[in-house]
Amino acid sequence: MISAQSFGENGKMKDYHHTGPVEYRFSPYTFNGGTVLAVAGEDFAIVASDTRLSEGYSIHSRDSPKCYKLTDTTVIGCSGFHGDCLTLTKIIDARLKMYKHSNNKMMTSGAIAAMLSTILYGRRFFPYYVYNIIGGLDEHGKGAVYSFDPVGSYQRDTYKAGGSASAMLQPLLDNQIGFKNMTGVEHVPLSKDKAVQLVKDVFISAAERDVYTGDALQILGIFVDTNEIPRLQFLCIYQADHWQEVSLPGGGLDDCAFTFSLRIKINVGSIFLLVIWIHVQ
Amino acid sequence: MSLFIFVGEYISALNHIFIDCIECIKHYFNCAVHKVSQIGGAVIFCLHHQTIYCKPKKSIERLLVSKMALASVLGSDYADFSFDTDKSYAFGSGLAAEPTSIDNLSFAIKGALGSAEQDDVEKKIEFLHGTTTLAFKFDHGVIVAVDSRATAGAYIASQTVKKVIEINPYLLGTMAGGAADCSFWERLLARQCRVYELRNKERISVAAASKLLANMVYQYKGMGLSMGTMVCGWDKRGPGLYYVDSEGNRVCGDLFAVGSGSMYAYGVIDSGLRQDMSVEDACELGRRAIYQATYRDAYSGGQVNLYHVHGEGWTRVSQDDVLLLHHKYQEKL
Repeated sequence: MISAQSFGENGKMKDYHHTGPVEYRFSPYTFNGGTVLAVAGEDFAIVASDTRLSEGYSIHSRDSPKCYKLTDTTVIGCSGFHGDCLTLTKIIDARLKMYKHSNNKMMTSGAIAAMLSTILYGRRFFPYYVYNIIGGLDEHGKGAVYSFDPVGSYQRDTYKAGGSASAMLQPLLDNQIGFKNMTGVEHVPLSKDKAVQLVKDVFISAAERDVYTGDALQILGIFVDTNEIPRLQFLCIYQADHWQEVSLPGGGLDDCAFTFSLRIKINVGSIFLLVIWIHVQ
Repeated sequence: MSLFIFVGEYISALNHIFIDCIECIKHYFNCAVHKVSQIGGAVIFCLHHQTIYCKPKKSIERLLVSKMALASVLGSDYADFSFDTDKSYAFGSGLAAEPTSIDNLSFAIKGALGSAEQDDVEKKIEFLHGTTTLAFKFDHGVIVAVDSRATAGAYIASQTVKKVIEINPYLLGTMAGGAADCSFWERLLARQCRVYELRNKERISVAAASKLLANMVYQYKGMGLSMGTMVCGWDKRGPGLYYVDSEGNRVCGDLFAVGSGSMYAYGVIDSGLRQDMSVEDACELGRRAIYQATYRDAYSGGQVNLYHVHGEGWTRVSQDDVLLLHHKYQEKL
């Protein structure tokens, strides 16, 4: 779909319903909406995104997740212009492979973040219109979240929301996870279950008030298992609007978990990735 | 003097001759080193202690670039010395606005992102960078104090940004303007400083480091970079403080404040600064100045990060939340 912006007489952008002469200019960008969010705990990290892909007044897809797995310990969430999201993740995957082949080890989360910063800045004068958030475990096993702007400025955070509803989510996270603007409250460190519940609630709020956010929520969690055996687990998608569970068949680990027929890497004595799609009752 | 006058296309031919001439007359003439471009060639004048850049490459742009820079040195009116910016845009020429219309995380007020659209040199207004950073020299070194707020338009993107970039253990750079621009170029500067150290077996001076940075960003002048930084350090000449920005300014001084809150910070610093202050007092002055700036400037806030640069390098003195400082100062009243 050719994207264009229409300009009125004074050169500023016009509203959708307009009268009078209008100039159409080809724009290489379009805004596809979407929100991503990442939370880092003591020994885990959670990256979540909605699955709506929109453009203007239309919804292209209700099942277009924005989280992409990079390595066993790192997940990236990209929102903004979908075309640039796809290309950027392809470029990151290629660079990860190159690093793996030259250095015989996987990139750590911090290294991926630094690399992404230079990739984004390489296009300083024609940016990737993508808001990235990387979530994962650092080399010490602690949760890490790195948030980016479209041209590569980044920093490590404990939690961050990005995308169309970021301005609505971020204050809520500031209050609930950062305990900001609350007095006399005990700073309890965030547990894995509480974090997942919080992410679900926060997305419900975003979907209530942002047109570009909704349809379904995809949550990916990166944990250190007690058995230290890595596994990829898919549970199901949580859909805010329809309360439907979409579960994938397979052998059960407990009543909520199913193993998916993806490759299983056994990595003794180290950190691994669990992908969980939360089932809500 | 006429030995210096050459046009770009003859650089490769006159290469050796040129350098010989430089060598023998460098003690008698005083000119400016001007490294114009890494893509094009380099128009070279000598400063009799500096190194000489000479990159013989054959390209038309280089010719143009050399001629123009030469013209500027010879005193003719400096016209529009703009690089061929076609590489920035993949589409038709009507897209000048596009790359800058996106909300970038930056310290700049929203209007600043449109700076690339303005072709007129006269119309270019000095945009404020939404931040407050300051640095000043005194007898015991340099104090560097910054706030930690980053804004994307009117949205506060982060309250915990590190605006002091640790280039190496004895050099600091501050960040104001575009966050990505500052952090990228200063990281590149750190790499250049390390290369210098390895090549010359001694630490780089603050003057040279700031010059490297200034020259790097000067190549992109007019293309929309937004960066206002202070390079602070301690070298064999003592404490060093330079202000470098994306317009091409590079100024040495004893006191600088950069950003939208700079006026408020200047007021506080000017009324309290003495060269013979103790380190404690100087830190408190820097802290107070940033606090006052965050009090009155909407685009500054978060925490006050304070660094002290002395003979052995820099030390991170403190990080104080602005709200807590507010209570502290209120109690004192």
